[in-house]
Amino acid sequence: MVDPNGDQPSPVTITPYPDGPYLVRGDFVVTDQEGNELPTERRTIALCRCGKSRMRPFCDGTHKLIGFEAPSGQEPWPGG
Amino acid sequence: MARRLIELPSPCGPLSERLFDALEGAPGASLEAPGAVESADPIADEDLQLALYVAYELHYTGISGVDEGWEWEPSLLGFRAELERPFEAAVADLVQPADEGELASVGAALQAIVAEDVGPPLSRYLETQGTLEQMLEHVVHRSAYQLKEADPHSWAIPRLSPRPKAALLEVQADEYGGGSAERMHAVLFANTMETLGLDPTYGAYLERLPAVTLASVNLMSLFGLHRRRRGACVGHLAGFEMTSSIPNRRYGNALRRLGFGREATHFYDEHVEADSVHENIAAWDLAGGLAAEEPEVAADILFGARALLQVEARWATQLMDCWERGESSLREPAAVPA
Repeated sequence: MVDPNGDQPSPVTITPYPDGPYLVRGDFVVTDQEGNELPTERRTIALCRCGKSRMRPFCDGTHKLIGFEAPSGQEPWPGG
Repeated sequence: MARRLIELPSPCGPLSERLFDALEGAPGASLEAPGAVESADPIADEDLQLALYVAYELHYTGISGVDEGWEWEPSLLGFRAELERPFEAAVADLVQPADEGELASVGAALQAIVAEDVGPPLSRYLETQGTLEQMLEHVVHRSAYQLKEADPHSWAIPRLSPRPKAALLEVQADEYGGGSAERMHAVLFANTMETLGLDPTYGAYLERLPAVTLASVNLMSLFGLHRRRRGACVGHLAGFEMTSSIPNRRYGNALRRLGFGREATHFYDEHVEADSVHENIAAWDLAGGLAAEEPEVAADILFGARALLQVEARWATQLMDCWERGESSLREPAAVPA
């Protein structure tokens, strides 16, 4: 994989996309609870946010089939 | 995957005949413009689509025996424009215009357009009951694009301002394997073709592809090669990415059901994961980013997505209709001249 920044660590960002997954960018590592690394091959990954992916924790597009809705920003406090 | 070099296909009508005859000679005024091209159904017009496809291929690949100077030969470009005119008009006839509300949030509008799309259930059919022959035909059709996957949309890169350009590059870098040739999507597709016993050579099946298949790729080239359609090019890519992950899972399942392993399904499995990433970037950062920078092209972004869905639906319908009649969806191989 090409890293144009060389040795410069790039900060990790996690961005919820509207009605979609969390996109993760930067120098991240995904591990299970035991600390075992889950291999990822791309610079930007999508983590499931709807809970219904068939390849969790990664997104497989299923949110579109189930009509998942969530804003990109923080949801307002219920009733608030 | 070797370098690209295609053979000039056999012509299938007066337009392709005139074009291919000229291409065999030196670039110059020998190619006469066809005048206004009359076609009852440009999207399904074999002669028009094949001629247009080859005219566009000059930008993507070498053509055996054809002087590379034809690419920017004014008579060629004039001829091509006469083919584009009826095609572009026919596509516009299929696309409903964007309304004001949609233009306020292009990302949300794209999500709604894709969610409302009820195209023919081609991927579900192949997943659950398609035959091996039908799946192989599907792969052959898709080879027209997939062996140059991402290239048509890359034409848009220099035409975008930094924010949408960065988003397009984030998608395209992944399409091109993130710096690794063997992970490049076009290479993965060639591997799948080889595993399935098909010829992965670029352009090998050109003469077998019906007009609608060529039209689906000509649409991308039209949008990609004309700066004035940069909005449509971006919208087309967004629509493509947003309607990719679920069908690709089904195509992978189809191959698994037919007894194939990871070698064959890797291209499709990769797209489930990759396009679940890309669709969000394409809808919100690329399309939304372009609409924010250049509001005047917002309607064209939605045009590109709707045009994609319409032309893909036309293509999928034709495949399924052929199969329902028990026929091949590919063109008959051209007779070999004696």
